[in-house]
Amino acid sequence: MSEHEIELSVNGRRQVVRVPARRLLSDCLRHDLAFTSTHVGCEQGTCGACTVLVDGAPMRSCLLPAVTVDGCEITTAEGCRAPDGGLGRVQRALVRCQGVQCGFCTPGMVVSIVAFLRECPRPSPEQARDAVAGVLCRCTGYQDLVAAVLHAARPDGGASG
Amino acid sequence: MTAPHVGRPVTGAAAERFAAGTGRFLDDLGSGAAAAAFVRSPHGHARVLRIDLADAERVPGLIAVFTYRDLTGGAREPLPVLIPHPSLHSPRTGLPLADDVVRHVGEPVVMVVAVDRYVAEDVCRLIRVDYEPLPAVIGIPAARRADHLVHPGVAGNVAARMMQENGDARAAVAAAPHRLTLRLGVERSAAMPMECRGVYARPDRDDRSLRVYSATQAAASLRFALAAILDLPADRVEVVAPDVGGGFGVKLVHPWPEEVLVPWAALRLGREVKWVEDRAEHIAAASHERGQQHEVEVGFDGDGQVRGLVVSFWHDTGAYTPYGIIVPLVTSTQLPGPYRLGAYRVEFRSLYTNTAIVTPYRGAGRPQGAFVMERTLDAIARFLGADRAEVRRRNMIRPSEMPYDQGLTFQDGRPLVYDSGDYPALLDTALTRSGWHDFATRREREPDKRLGIGIACYVEGTGMGPYEGARVQVDTGGHVTVTVGLTTQGQGHGTVFAQIAADELGVAPRDVTVVCGDTRRFPYAAGTFASRSAVVGGNAVALAARKVRDKALRVAARALDVPPDELSLADGAVVANDRAIPLATVAVLANPLRYAFDHRTRQATQFAPDADPDQPPLDADDAPGLDATAFFSPIRSTVSAGVHVAVVEIDPDTAEIALRNYVVVHDCGRPINPAVVEGQIRGGVAQGIGGALYERIAYGDDGRLRTGSLADLLLPTAHDVPEITIDHLVTPSPLNPLGVKGVGEGGVVPVMAAIASAVEDAEGIVLDRMPITPAELWELRQKHRG
Amino acid sequence: MKPAPFDYHRPRSLEEALVTLDRLGTTGTVMAGGQSLVPLMNRREVSPANIVDINFLVELSGITHEDRAVRVGALVRHAELERDAAVRRRNPLLAEAVPHIAHAAIRSRGTTVGSLVHADPTAEMPAVLVALGGSVELRSAAGGRTVPATEFFLGANRCCAAVGELAVAASFPVPPPRTGTAWLEVARQRGGRAVCGVAAVVTLDTGRRVERATATYAGVGATPVLVDLTEVMTGTRFDDLARWRAAADEGGSALAPADDLHASAGYRRHLARVLAERAGRLAAIRATGA
Repeated sequence: MSEHEIELSVNGRRQVVRVPARRLLSDCLRHDLAFTSTHVGCEQGTCGACTVLVDGAPMRSCLLPAVTVDGCEITTAEGCRAPDGGLGRVQRALVRCQGVQCGFCTPGMVVSIVAFLRECPRPSPEQARDAVAGVLCRCTGYQDLVAAVLHAARPDGGASG
Repeated sequence: MTAPHVGRPVTGAAAERFAAGTGRFLDDLGSGAAAAAFVRSPHGHARVLRIDLADAERVPGLIAVFTYRDLTGGAREPLPVLIPHPSLHSPRTGLPLADDVVRHVGEPVVMVVAVDRYVAEDVCRLIRVDYEPLPAVIGIPAARRADHLVHPGVAGNVAARMMQENGDARAAVAAAPHRLTLRLGVERSAAMPMECRGVYARPDRDDRSLRVYSATQAAASLRFALAAILDLPADRVEVVAPDVGGGFGVKLVHPWPEEVLVPWAALRLGREVKWVEDRAEHIAAASHERGQQHEVEVGFDGDGQVRGLVVSFWHDTGAYTPYGIIVPLVTSTQLPGPYRLGAYRVEFRSLYTNTAIVTPYRGAGRPQGAFVMERTLDAIARFLGADRAEVRRRNMIRPSEMPYDQGLTFQDGRPLVYDSGDYPALLDTALTRSGWHDFATRREREPDKRLGIGIACYVEGTGMGPYEGARVQVDTGGHVTVTVGLTTQGQGHGTVFAQIAADELGVAPRDVTVVCGDTRRFPYAAGTFASRSAVVGGNAVALAARKVRDKALRVAARALDVPPDELSLADGAVVANDRAIPLATVAVLANPLRYAFDHRTRQATQFAPDADPDQPPLDADDAPGLDATAFFSPIRSTVSAGVHVAVVEIDPDTAEIALRNYVVVHDCGRPINPAVVEGQIRGGVAQGIGGALYERIAYGDDGRLRTGSLADLLLPTAHDVPEITIDHLVTPSPLNPLGVKGVGEGGVVPVMAAIASAVEDAEGIVLDRMPITPAELWELRQKHRG
Repeated sequence: MKPAPFDYHRPRSLEEALVTLDRLGTTGTVMAGGQSLVPLMNRREVSPANIVDINFLVELSGITHEDRAVRVGALVRHAELERDAAVRRRNPLLAEAVPHIAHAAIRSRGTTVGSLVHADPTAEMPAVLVALGGSVELRSAAGGRTVPATEFFLGANRCCAAVGELAVAASFPVPPPRTGTAWLEVARQRGGRAVCGVAAVVTLDTGRRVERATATYAGVGATPVLVDLTEVMTGTRFDDLARWRAAADEGGSALAPADDLHASAGYRRHLARVLAERAGRLAAIRATGA
């Protein structure tokens, strides 16, 4: 089995890591680089808990051998915080709208919603539903997550009200 | 006065950690631990002939391989029967690793420990196990036929048989003006938390202790179980539930085979070992629920009032009974719901099958019971041509009849007495909120759509004992820590318990830290299940906080030279008319010190000016600090209730079923945090929708699992769950100081029944089993036409 | 659930990729998006000894709008097609089908050509390629060939790419004038695997009568099944309900779907009829404005 030195930029910081060819990005982020917000729920690409942004696009990190994204910019939920280290807009909205229960799917939700709002900054309720439909949540029943997407999309950035 | 925090939709600190990505779940711990993986049975039923480890043992990175023969001590023994019951006449449990026979797909046969999970799985692939397949017993009909037995010596595959009766139900049915018989069934589904199970064991040779982290709902009980099985003093075993990514019942079972094997291997190897379950393992090897078949005889009068109900049902308990008969026992006792049944007789048999074990999953047998009761009432309404809601109203227990004794013994071994509630009011509100009476008009307005409306009611016995406890401490910085033995898996315990303590102590919830599920900090607890945390744990928190409050008033009274009854707690201080002492200072004064460690504590040492040389520094029977522990042990369960109304739209051609509206009106007593309550309800309804329309665990007749991944075992997505309208009615429980009732499971209970009722209404075709897929509905249409 | 060990190869040019594949022979497996392959590897249902990663071959990227076709390079992700306004305009069938592929996070990595090569009989892209009469370009160290869609799919999860051959692009023909298309599918859940999907392609004459009509079905056979409905429909007014129903019945009778966990064969055949009728009519209505 071949091993490879790869370079990733994770949440804006350069990381060089040596991985076996088969090492999944989810495991590389979690166990090699300690970005443990990337949760692993099925390793089949179905549940979405492991979703991260690769060069800005949401992807299942459990379906990417780390070596195949050599040179890419990765964003995890830790990287969606505000510049001052506090919660980012989407994270605040999720807390405020009670979109967080057990917290396991939450990081996948955070990055999915961040990516979605970049493409669709003023979503309709139906679009907001679509924004979270790729990540399974077993706790909330989704309504509070949809509310959080809409809240984060408010013109004031969900800062008030 | 500080405004009360109980009753408000406060958000909690845990949510912020999770959103920030700084949760600490099981697999976030123990980065240096060796990884375990298991060779599991691919057969439903087989004899293990030979295990060949030759190829496996050559893999670099392998640390150890264990089969049953390698196990020692208590790890060789069958797993405990956690809840014995006189009716469970033939309990059987598995071994941590199978010895000669495997009885379901996923049963662990060989344990592998390696440097990481990749290598451990490589090794598993190289281990060759020769099996002699045996006939598998799959499904209730096969179990009843008993052509083959799951366990030798368990005749008819019957693990348990139980009957309860209130009145002479058969006679009542026979004497009733009208009678119906129904056959009803519910298929298997499972809790499926997004985080699978996991165990991480850290032996400490120097300290001669063992710390076990587990994604468990029952840390305290797991600790005692492990101490017993591994023959260690309980004092040397610590169990910690870190952040746990959902439980819904499956993580209540303990000890799982892996929870025994991982600590056992860690002790044996003298190193840290961690097992993180993957989804394929979870679907096959963790527990399932719901599979039951019912036969119902009901007698009723021309008004639709039930005179007698006789139910016989068969419960698929899987291969083993570690959790006893709790699920069918709950079904049998909660089936009557909010109704006065005249006479009721229920009998069930728990049947072994060659499938994963069956243990409580959110609702714990109630969804099946509600399905049977509500289908029966719909059948009565259909027979009489009466309004379905009206038939329910006529049977409902009235508020004036509270407390109402159903004449049954509940799962806590106590009489099933409904403590309070106003069921007709719940019904009326649900009908109004859902537009029940205007539905015919709505249908006419949308003639091109096939719409249907359905209703279902439920009660839920919640908050049962034996007890929970809490410790409340105020430190010398004024910070409050609430420690409970309960674990949390996202139900908002941290928020809710903080609100309760905050109100008692006159602080803000933000100033309260809640610690859950760590036996080092609080050793005694039953666990998080049966919608009991807010009721039992919440009241324990309130009682402990009241003790702290009383002590704070006493200490402050002495310091201020004011009678305690002139003092109150507000804004983090003890307040007299014109003076206030910060709670932090009271905490200092409450702990007479020999040694001062900072500027605050200087005033509490022996040479401080306030010290009275004629009194012992600590009063007799007192303990130092603002620190109190209390336990709450309810006399019996308190009963929540609710009514759900579902509106479906069904495609006339493709038979696709979409939920258009969903209304929940419920009563969980006094809501501590309405947002948490609604979150619990919405989540429960979503799981109910899953159980009604998507989720089904299927086995082939050969015992192979056919739904081995989430591509086939479909969980609802955001597109599958509609907006849910929730309304609260409040009848406080008289059984506990806070007046609360449980709400964790109620949301799931009547959903299958409500959706079945709505689909039936839309299609005019009787549904007698759930879940239902579009394909099955289409097949029913063909049969109906033909 | 972790993949078995493999050696990883990252060619820097198409030529190097073809040489590598040639050298590895049956031991080499191409990975593009990996969204179908990696789940199988994680379950160890497949354990390739060598993975040849084509994600760094920029020459395989890009959507080319040719005169009569949309040419999709092997590295084009589904999400790129979804966002491409010219695809929506020139090849609305492709644009309509793409959003049905799983969820956004899968579409942003999964490649359209990879989906063709994977040849899942329930998948959207193979059916669309067949419906449009498209083709796949295969290259190997020895040369290249272009395979029409009807010959490309050999069976469930089996295409005609031989050992050492790499699918470098697919061509999705732009429908001719007065042609309307429609993609409809029924899945247990949105984004889930199709129980049945139908692509209809309908060309009208200048008098709004049907000149040519086909229905291509996903989920009802081992490969996409194209049924030519022209004989039934020819000369029929575009909105003739009864004739569309008759055509859909005709189409459905040509199918031999199978039972599975989610649907019986009978229901699948029924869906094929319902969807073909709806898709045919919809395509015909669209053709009036095309």
